[in-house]
Amino acid sequence: MTDAVAAARPVVRAVGVQPQSRRIGSGLLAGAAVLLALLACAVVPSLIAPYPPDAFDYRALLQPPSLTHPFGTDNFGRDVLSRTIWAARIDLQIAIFGTLFPAVFGTLMGALIGYTGGLADTLFRRLVDLLITIPFLVLVISIVAVLGPGLLNMYIAVSAVSWVFYARLMRAEIIAQKRRDYAEAGRAMGYGSSRIICRHLLPNAITPSIIYWMTDMALVILLGSSLGYLGLGAQPPTAEWGVLIADGRNFMTTAWWMSIFPGLAIVLAGIGFSLLGDGIAILLRRRT
Amino acid sequence: MHLLSILGRRVLQILATVLLVAVLVFTLMHMLPGDPAEAILGDRGTTEAIARLHHELGLDRPIPVQFWEFLERIATLDLGESVTMRIPVTQLIADRLPNTLLLTAMAAILALLTAVPLAFLAALREGGWADAIIRGFSQLSLSMPVFYIGLILLITLAAGLRWFPVGGIGNSFMQDLYYLFLPALTLALSLSAILLRNLRSSLIEVLHAEFVGFATAKGLRRRVVLGRHVLRNASISAVTLLGLHVGSLVGGAVITETVFGIPGVGRLMVDSIFSRDYAVVQGLTMVLCVLVSVVFLAVDAFQALLDPRIST
Repeated sequence: MTDAVAAARPVVRAVGVQPQSRRIGSGLLAGAAVLLALLACAVVPSLIAPYPPDAFDYRALLQPPSLTHPFGTDNFGRDVLSRTIWAARIDLQIAIFGTLFPAVFGTLMGALIGYTGGLADTLFRRLVDLLITIPFLVLVISIVAVLGPGLLNMYIAVSAVSWVFYARLMRAEIIAQKRRDYAEAGRAMGYGSSRIICRHLLPNAITPSIIYWMTDMALVILLGSSLGYLGLGAQPPTAEWGVLIADGRNFMTTAWWMSIFPGLAIVLAGIGFSLLGDGIAILLRRRT
Repeated sequence: MHLLSILGRRVLQILATVLLVAVLVFTLMHMLPGDPAEAILGDRGTTEAIARLHHELGLDRPIPVQFWEFLERIATLDLGESVTMRIPVTQLIADRLPNTLLLTAMAAILALLTAVPLAFLAALREGGWADAIIRGFSQLSLSMPVFYIGLILLITLAAGLRWFPVGGIGNSFMQDLYYLFLPALTLALSLSAILLRNLRSSLIEVLHAEFVGFATAKGLRRRVVLGRHVLRNASISAVTLLGLHVGSLVGGAVITETVFGIPGVGRLMVDSIFSRDYAVVQGLTMVLCVLVSVVFLAVDAFQALLDPRIST
């Protein structure tokens, strides 16, 4: 029965705020469209890209953008457009693998810490106080320095730190939710802690984490491409947006297209995730 | 009295941060693949030589003892010696740090100078076209990695128009200011977008606050209301925000220094990773973390001075 009520509610509300909801939907749709396009590039790059990513053409070195090479060619005669499209595969992989563990582990830890409170909560609060004073990138770089450059080590370094941000969000939300009547009712019914956390509290407390997840995916792409640029992330000749931009570094004055176009892909992905995040935020808030 | 208690707690917190970072750095050091003595000696690494160096480096002692000695060395500012450059890490950092400090300070000032007026404009014209443009700009620079902003500025303003040098550092302070302007602008743009976004919403909140309505109702001129009441409140949040983001400023400096070839600590860190000079990487991690916590302390003090409501 509660399901039926929950399902009926958004419909009723949506009628009331229709002009606004249509405008909000456009942001969400635009974000989803951008990301779907990038996803298509990531899944079937060979169908979309006009050339293979590593096809050398020594007769067409450092060619400016033209009809045959819309984004120009690099110093090996490789097509920059094709490499940018193939790079979507690596960068979306970064967005997913760089956030999956922190999001799941952090959310669960946050829920647990928020629900149990006590010593675990005190320790966690101290940890957060300390971690926010540590520069995130410096910490990640020094972890990568020890583990060695590469994508896998980058995921480990990022995950080791960023779960705390999810846990902090979730903890605050769970603390707010567990004082509500329905949680009290669950306890009065004699349900176990895990049932109350997973079935009752989590669904009501998850919204901020989901929204943060979208922002975090954009952030981790920025981080991943930055590490790629520094030579600490994806390793050449892998096509990754940061690596592509770094490839163009030495041809800045003669072949600006080598760096500028892959960078636009990063901006596009960032805006896509951001629009999607905002859209989902409004959608979820309206539902609750 | 009350300010002192806040500061006292912050100092304790800095000590705790140092301890946590020390534990992290120490753990990471021990996770390093391979034997440091073998790495240092290289081909000259006979079994006896390795054993002797182990003893010299204290690697044959129990872990807790090693950790205690590590803390002792940090307390006396002894961060070891750079393997590649053969100079004490402390001295290496001291040589490069002024460039990084100047860069981040310039970036912070530029970020405030752009973010505060733009946030004001956007908040006063909430929903108008100026607001839309400003928000679009901040969204755009939020989606751009720092190194990309730097490259665009390099390609257009330095390589293209030749208004600025393409990198490096000057010979005098005034020249430094000129050389560091473009890198500082790079850092400032990404920081300014974050500040702008938060300041805009806090300004809108302040503009709708009762005390502003009261000041207007009292017959104060618009300029006085904005200057004395709104700006004061906004500047508190601007400085607080800046303090909160000083960590990302330092991280951005690492990247910016690499893009522009500035001999600061950020570039030193990246270079040391590639030359496997771990003592330098560890020393820098410690120093940068402590610096950021000191800034947090300063922000707390500033906040407590400006805003008498802060009581916790």
